[in-house]
Amino acid sequence: MSEKVAREREKLIFERSSAGRVGYQLPALEVPAVDLAATLGAALVRDEIADAPEVSEVDVVRHFTRLSKWNYGVDEGLYPLGSCTMKYNPRINEELARLPGLAQIHPLQPDDQVQGALALMWQLEQALMAVTGMARVTLQPAAGAHGELAGMLMIRKALQARGDNRRVVLIPDSAHGTNPASAVFAGFETVEIASTAEGTVDLAALAARLAAGDVAALMMTVPNTLGVFEPDISRAAAMLHEKGAFLYMDGANLNAFVGIASPGKMGADALHINLHKTFSTPHGGGGPGAGPVAVSATLVPHLPVPVVEKDGDRYTLVSDRPGSIGKVRSFYGNFGMLVRALAYIRSLGADGLKSMAEGAVLGANYLRARLEGDYHLAYAGPSLHEVVFDDSLQAAGSVKNIDIAKRLLDYGFHPPTMSFPLIVHGALMTEPTESEGVDELDAFVAAMKSIAREAKESPELVKGAPYTTPVRRLDEVRAARQPVLRWRPTQE
Amino acid sequence: MHRYQAGDADRRTMLQAIGATSVDELFATIPADLRSGPLDLPPARSEEEVRREFWAYATANAAPECFASFLGAGVYRHVTPAVADALIQRGEFFTAYTPYQPEVSQGTLQAIFEFQTFVCQLTEMDLANASLYDGATAVVEAVLMAARVHAGRSRVVVAATLHPETRAVLETYAEPLGLSVTEVGADTSGRIDAAALGAALGADVCAAVVQSPNVLGVVEDLPALGAAIKASGALAVHAVMEATSLGVLAPGGRFGYDVVCGELQAFGIPPQFGGPHLGFFATRQAYLRQLPGRIVGETVDSEGARAFVLTLSTREQHIRRAKATSNICTNHGLMALFATITLSLLGKKGIREMALASLATAEYVKNGVRGLGAGVRLAFPESPTYNEFLVLHDDPDGLLLRLKREGVLGGVATARLGSGLPKGILVAATEKNTREECDRLLDALRRLS
Amino acid sequence: MSNPQELLYARTHEWVRLEGDTATVGISLYAQEQLGDVVFVELPAAGKQLVGGDVLGNIESVKAVSEVFAPLAGQVVETNGELEAHPEQVNADPYGQGWLVKLKVAPGAGAGLMDAATYEKFVAEEGAH
Repeated sequence: MSEKVAREREKLIFERSSAGRVGYQLPALEVPAVDLAATLGAALVRDEIADAPEVSEVDVVRHFTRLSKWNYGVDEGLYPLGSCTMKYNPRINEELARLPGLAQIHPLQPDDQVQGALALMWQLEQALMAVTGMARVTLQPAAGAHGELAGMLMIRKALQARGDNRRVVLIPDSAHGTNPASAVFAGFETVEIASTAEGTVDLAALAARLAAGDVAALMMTVPNTLGVFEPDISRAAAMLHEKGAFLYMDGANLNAFVGIASPGKMGADALHINLHKTFSTPHGGGGPGAGPVAVSATLVPHLPVPVVEKDGDRYTLVSDRPGSIGKVRSFYGNFGMLVRALAYIRSLGADGLKSMAEGAVLGANYLRARLEGDYHLAYAGPSLHEVVFDDSLQAAGSVKNIDIAKRLLDYGFHPPTMSFPLIVHGALMTEPTESEGVDELDAFVAAMKSIAREAKESPELVKGAPYTTPVRRLDEVRAARQPVLRWRPTQE
Repeated sequence: MHRYQAGDADRRTMLQAIGATSVDELFATIPADLRSGPLDLPPARSEEEVRREFWAYATANAAPECFASFLGAGVYRHVTPAVADALIQRGEFFTAYTPYQPEVSQGTLQAIFEFQTFVCQLTEMDLANASLYDGATAVVEAVLMAARVHAGRSRVVVAATLHPETRAVLETYAEPLGLSVTEVGADTSGRIDAAALGAALGADVCAAVVQSPNVLGVVEDLPALGAAIKASGALAVHAVMEATSLGVLAPGGRFGYDVVCGELQAFGIPPQFGGPHLGFFATRQAYLRQLPGRIVGETVDSEGARAFVLTLSTREQHIRRAKATSNICTNHGLMALFATITLSLLGKKGIREMALASLATAEYVKNGVRGLGAGVRLAFPESPTYNEFLVLHDDPDGLLLRLKREGVLGGVATARLGSGLPKGILVAATEKNTREECDRLLDALRRLS
Repeated sequence: MSNPQELLYARTHEWVRLEGDTATVGISLYAQEQLGDVVFVELPAAGKQLVGGDVLGNIESVKAVSEVFAPLAGQVVETNGELEAHPEQVNADPYGQGWLVKLKVAPGAGAGLMDAATYEKFVAEEGAH
């Protein structure tokens, strides 16, 4: 018998229900109560939701606090998910986003009641224009993928405006899955182009594909998902422009070169910016994000409406723009996220933003230097903000990337991104971000080296991981074969 | 070095290990002609300095909390439990990523599973996803799902009383995909007539979208409209933009609708000038593999313990790429957590009480407006409404301005939502409005209109 | 590897059992191994006319979707409805209960497909890449 005993696992909130418990008191009703059926019609009303929980406020606080302890967050330690850029989320941003004058304002108040909000949006647009070197920025898209869609719709609109109905969008095989999906939802057909042995785009292949004249755009991530800068990006842009095509730049990795290089100079026509990746808005366990899109002068007429305009010291929302693609979501974007992003930009300032990119690249290269040899480098070329290892040194002994990732959980770290990009078999895509000190990185290196040793000496140990997490490895096959997607009361 | 970064000694150690003499060397692959000059931005600021700038933005806005506010029209003010905002600020929740590593993400995963359950309960549907951006894109996703289910049917019928913001977003998404949007107008009661809807439908229609309560505040006859839509074979979509209404109003799920979707902001999420809010999407078992976005499912771990995991991922962009059911990746997870906490606190009794209080408060104001005379009159005096109704007036902007001077944000002028709606003011009242506020609005309307 | 001798095989790893004008189609032992645990099988509606090489359906594992191609032309006369509840049969018994569809085919169909020995050689070569 073990001396260690554990509490029973926290149940679902529905299973904690006990008749008569309440978790909230509403203000006393000062107006006459109404007869529901008489007011709304007996056929249209409902009774209480029978299976909704009855729990006290204390129950709710304990329940969600216990759940939170089964999570891992940036606040706890290094979170080196490549391409996801899990950076530090400053608390001051949270405080500011909750100021009543920002959190409680309604999107349909007249412009003169929300001059502060419009000024803030204007300032953020100016800052993002400075960072990207682009002509204007829409703040409307709700996430990176949503920004991709908005950008591709603007490109489509620009083509339509000149009577051009070309439909092919080229996408490198190393791209995020959102790129082809967004292009298709914007009405395009996608064609995949293979990367070179260095992991960059093959200019000769691009030229050949452009010859037909049916290419609308190339969607490119810079630096790409291998962490490699595309040295020929401006030549690719020139080739595209010469053939009447556009360059869509996926800004998922903008954090690698803020203040160092300028997408405007690279020839980008549209570039989305994931505010959580580059400007520290919290990822929130799956959003909300925000995906502003910076555009070149050519695409400015096609920006979503409304745009914020400044006239003297007065700001207005302008919707009367005939060339616009329209709206991609309600209102003006995830304003609460915009507040946080501008707060971050102000906190860091011009030099701090550049220093952030430097720190990100330095950290990735440090991990690369320390772990090369223990883990195989997928591409030997210089890395910027992330480095892609693979499991080929370990797979020979049958330990795969997923086993390494699960074992890292036992060492107290969140693992790198696995199995992406798709062109690397057994990928471990590692991005430490800019805030980590040598001590935290060294602890991660020590864990990775220890796992490499274990993979050689006791592979079964690694393949059985994790052992110390709130749950062990999950049966994902069962979840997909017999989907249970909601709680239901057990039938008595 | 900046307070969000490590120090100079860290940098020296890292450079040494890398074998570089300067950080600049690491950027050697970026050609000189692509380099930025110094960024045209102010220097780094302290927390206190940043605070000053943002207090200036905040105080330059008219916060509805400082007024008697009756703003609604798609974004509603309800009581917000302190617990919800406090819990979502736990670092374990808000600084985590999408739960790709389920062993260290059970908190997020279980909360989403609970969220999906709440959405199913509210909508009386079989399935729900882990959230979408907002109500407008939720309706779009419903239409896109219908277009997949009914490949070849290229027309979408929408009620003219669908929120104009949603309608606008739908138009943006529909055109590139070759879908055309047909509108069915409301009758003189502010409702969609089932016969008129039936006449607009046909074998080329993949989906019909009805919002109830609609943008004019009027509660639609969902059973009759649903029957008309089902008769045409199109997918019936019930859009809900004021989700607390589901505390008293039966959802589309009860009347055979295929999708119930929309906006859950009303469950305590602050207006935030329009976002982030919380899109939701619920549907029937038959469409399990057509759902957009993330879904969490229950399973067991290797020791047989119950656990939760992202599932049915083969629908999604990271696997199916160009053939995915949606391009959505990051959704509105933290807002879903917020709503889950609020719904848990309200519980079985509170969900209903909040809706009843909202309804009663709005009825009180509505009945007060009845006696005001021809200058301000109810647009649809005989129609059922939930917590919002349309007041007709010749000069809505002027009237709203005069009300504001008396400390009342009287509602949203319909012109603010775009053309096509009757000239007037949408007035929303909830349990947040005191009787004194309601009387202040009525008194001011009496004097100023 | 134990690929039944009496079946024919396609380069896209489907097998065919010809009996009169009926061709039963499934995926090979090798193909199911490559896919991993099958969680869902999407099959065409009965009556659908297919040309050889058309996409016949999709087979999903937890983290991948693979298209299945019609190894020969024909009309779908029956699909394996059991797979809806038991997709794991594709893994457990690919040449038996894990069959996918039955096609009505023209006389002489199946030319160009490989016999078991040729297919095994083909798989061995492909695996070497």
